[in-house]
Amino acid sequence: MSNIDIIKVSALTKQFKNLTAVNKLSFSVRQGDVYGFLGQNGAGKSTTIRMLLTLIAPTSGDIEMFGMKLKTNRNDILRQTGAVIEKPDVYKYLSAFDNLKLFAKLSGIKLTENQLLQQLETVGLVNRAHDEVKTFSQGMKQRLGIAIALVHNPELIVLDEPTNGLDPQGIADIRNLILHLSKEQKKTIVVSSHLLSEIEQVATKVLIIDKGKKIKEGLATELFDPSQTVIEITTLQNETCWNVLQQSVWKDRLVFQNKESVLLKLNKNDVPKLNQYLVQQNIEVLSIQLRNSLEDYFLQVTTGNQHVEAFSN
Amino acid sequence: MWKLFQIELYKIFLRPRTYISFIAVAALVIVVQLGLKVDGKEYAAFVLADLSNTLQIDGKIINGYFVCYVILQLLLVHVPLLISLIAADMISGEANMGTLRFLLTKPISRTQFILAKFFAATVYTILLLIFMAILALFLSILIFGTDDMFILKNNYAVQIESADMLWRYAGAFVFAALAMTTVAALGFFLSQFADNSIGPIVATMSVIIVFTILSTMTIPIFSLIKPYLFTTHMVGWKEFFDVRLNEANETVRGTVQRPDKILKSAMILLTHIVVLVGASVYLFKRKDILS
Repeated sequence: MSNIDIIKVSALTKQFKNLTAVNKLSFSVRQGDVYGFLGQNGAGKSTTIRMLLTLIAPTSGDIEMFGMKLKTNRNDILRQTGAVIEKPDVYKYLSAFDNLKLFAKLSGIKLTENQLLQQLETVGLVNRAHDEVKTFSQGMKQRLGIAIALVHNPELIVLDEPTNGLDPQGIADIRNLILHLSKEQKKTIVVSSHLLSEIEQVATKVLIIDKGKKIKEGLATELFDPSQTVIEITTLQNETCWNVLQQSVWKDRLVFQNKESVLLKLNKNDVPKLNQYLVQQNIEVLSIQLRNSLEDYFLQVTTGNQHVEAFSN
Repeated sequence: MWKLFQIELYKIFLRPRTYISFIAVAALVIVVQLGLKVDGKEYAAFVLADLSNTLQIDGKIINGYFVCYVILQLLLVHVPLLISLIAADMISGEANMGTLRFLLTKPISRTQFILAKFFAATVYTILLLIFMAILALFLSILIFGTDDMFILKNNYAVQIESADMLWRYAGAFVFAALAMTTVAALGFFLSQFADNSIGPIVATMSVIIVFTILSTMTIPIFSLIKPYLFTTHMVGWKEFFDVRLNEANETVRGTVQRPDKILKSAMILLTHIVVLVGASVYLFKRKDILS
C-alpha cells in the first residue's frame, strides 16, 4: 500500500428532491487498496460510486481522482478507470468478442484480435468469444463486464455489487479475480457489496455508510473486536450444554440458546479451551463455528440492528 | 466523434429492428405498384372523373412519376412511425438494456456521445428515404415507364413535362429527408426522458398526430399556432410539383410557384431540429444516469 491517494472525496452530497442519498461523505482510497464499500440497500453506495464515475452529478462536495478534479478532468480520469456498475449489461445481439472490441474502441484503444482473445481468456470466456451474449449466463455476463472494465488496463477498478445474481461458484470466481487483480496486477479496487462476507474476504480497507453518511472507515481487521467473536456450538444436548456453561467461567459469554445451537461471544483463540471444557463435561459436540464477522459489526453500527431485532421478535 | 458515430451506425445496422422499416417500406411500395399495375386505369378514371368532360388527356397517366407521387403521398404520413422506432430508441433503448451507464463510464464526452447518436439516427433516416426513392421512383419508372405527370391540386390540374421531373423528385426527397430528420430529432429528444423505448415512440407519434390534426383543422384559433408547427411544414415537398405559369397560362420548366414557401418551411424544420437537438444535448449533459 502506498501513501498516494487515488480517490479523495470531500463532503460529497447528493440530494434527490427531498431525499439526501449521500450526506457530506468524505473518504480516501490509497493506491493498492481493495476498498470495501459497505452499506445496506439504499445506504448510498451506488449513488456514491455513480458520482465517482460521473454518471450522477453531486449536489455539493469535491471528488479528486489521480490528483485531478473529477469535474474538470473527467476524460483523463476515466481513461485510468474501469468500472462495472451492478449487472454489466452489454449488447446482447453482439458476441463477447465484438462487445469487447466495441468498448475497447470507446476506451480509446485499438487491440489486435489476439489481444482481445487474451483479455477474454483472463476471465475464462475465450471458448465462447464468438457466441452472442444473449446465450450467456449471468456469471458469464459479469465476467465479460469485468473484461470490458479491464480492457484498457486501468489503474483503478470500480465494482458496484459485482456478485449480484451470481451462484456460489460465480461469487468465488469474482472474489478470486479481485484478489488476483489486487495482488498480481497491483490494481486499486473499489468494491461495493451487501454481501459482507465477500467484502471481508477481499477488502484491505472498509467504509461503512448508512443513510448516506459515513459510519466507520478503517482497516478491515480493525473494524471488529476479535474478543467479541460469536461462536455457535451445536451439540446433541443443547439445553444441558447451556446449563453447564451457565455454571462455568463461560457464563458471562453466553448469548442465546435454542433447539439448534448455543451462541457465545468470546475471543476466537479461546475456542479450543471451550471445546476441551465441553468434552470434559461429557457434552457431545457436533460442531463449533465462528459466526462473528464484519457482518455483525456492520449490523451493530447500521440500522441493520433494527431489522435483526424486528425479526427476533 | 467520428469513432463514436461509426460505432453508433454499427449498432443501428446490427439490430434486426432496423430492417423492419426497410421491409415495411418495400412492402408498401410494392403493394401500391402492384395495385396500380393491375387497376391503374380504373384508378386514373376515378381520380380524373370530374375533369373527364372538360379535358382530354393523351399519353400514359399512370407512369413512373405519377406512381411515385401517389406513393409519396401515401407513405410520408406513415414513415414518421418507422423513423421514431429507431430515433426514439436511441437513448431510452440503451437505458433499458443497461448499456447507457456502461458507455458513460468510458472517456467520451456526453455532448459528442449524443451528437454521434443523433447523426447516426439521421443517417438511418436518410438511408430509409434513399431506399424509398429507389423503390418508389426508379422501380416505378422501370415498371410503368415515363411520361408527363398529371396531378390534381385543390381547384386546378398541373401537367409537368417528363423531362422536368427528376430534379423535382430530388428536391422533394431532400425536403422529405429534412422533414423526417425533424421527426427523428423529436423522437431523439423524447428518448432521454424514459428508460424504455415504448414511451418515447408512442409520445413521438402522439405529438405528430396532435400537431397534424391542429395543422389541418380550419378553426381560426389554431391558425395562430399553425405556422409554428413542424407538421404544417412537413408536406412542403409537394411544393416542388407546383409549377409556375407564364402569362399564357403555360407551365414554365425548371420553376416552382412558391420557392419562398419551400425555403421558409425548410428553415422552420431546420430550426426545430437545432432546438430539439440543442435541448437534448443541454439536458443530457446534466442528466443523472440512474438506470
